[in-house]
Amino acid sequence: MAGLMGRATTVVKAKFSKLLDNAEDPNETLDYSYEQQLTLLQNVKRGVADVVTSKKRLQLQTTQLEQSLLKLETQARAALAAGREDLARAALERKTTTQEQLRGLDEQVKGLEAQQEKLIASERQLSAKIEAFRSQKEVIKAQYSAAEAQVRIGEAATGIGEQMADTGLAIQRARDKTEDMQARAGAMDELIASGTLEDFTSDKTQLDRELEQISSQSQVDSELARLKGELGAGAERKELRP
Amino acid sequence: MIVRLMGEGQYRVDDACLTRLNELDDGAVEALEREDEAELDARLDEMWGVVRDQGNRLDDGDLTPSDLIIPPSDLTLEETRALFSEQGLIPDLPA
Repeated sequence: MAGLMGRATTVVKAKFSKLLDNAEDPNETLDYSYEQQLTLLQNVKRGVADVVTSKKRLQLQTTQLEQSLLKLETQARAALAAGREDLARAALERKTTTQEQLRGLDEQVKGLEAQQEKLIASERQLSAKIEAFRSQKEVIKAQYSAAEAQVRIGEAATGIGEQMADTGLAIQRARDKTEDMQARAGAMDELIASGTLEDFTSDKTQLDRELEQISSQSQVDSELARLKGELGAGAERKELRP
Repeated sequence: MIVRLMGEGQYRVDDACLTRLNELDDGAVEALEREDEAELDARLDEMWGVVRDQGNRLDDGDLTPSDLIIPPSDLTLEETRALFSEQGLIPDLPA
């Protein structure tokens, strides 16, 4: 069995040679290939824009969640001051869930940033190669006989075809990732809008949930204790009033 | 020999480097057959490391085709398999 390197090489080259089979005349091959390259470069630029948009959206959600953390904290404090420990507990439970969501968002933003960097690097390489190809193409057209040109074109086209396949893969992966993010971002928008941040879509097991329940329970307990401590003095003053 | 690190760029490597790459490649194939993703990623990362450390980076404007192409390690096992399947992971180029 061929190695991974060998197989990857074969797959990438096969992809591009199929494309070039469509054109036979050397000059036609050059122009055809050049057009493909420009189209691909447009796609890459769109891909970068898509990733940036998704990232912005996630960052906006981060801000919204941070605001809702503050709000929940205020609500818990108010509920406790009013003697409604049950409401305070509910607010703090939501706060814990929101904190988890925030951590998830941070990871997603980092993932998109990595994707964005890769795409930009791909775009830069492709642009440089297209520029080199463009100048070579004119030299080949002007200086070589049909037979010689065929050989030179084969080389240049394979070299750039490889870059095109590589860049195509980078866009494809960025697109998959952004689509996934956008679906999640949409779901998150709904949760934020409805004020419930419970994660109904998770594939966690019952045990996972129970374990999380225990740890979030203890976090809620300690936060309750903290709030009670802070409100202690105020509550006593209240009791002194007639 | 010219090697492409998919998603990163091309490097020129010498024979000693190529021998090492072939050894690592054998390990990677075995890991893929065993469906051992951690092992596969580790072998690919090593291959990338060897090429980056010992190879000479080609200019972005260089049009020389590569002799060998090394897939990235951040592909999942399924993506790696798709890469080698008939349809391939690589999308069709713009027509």
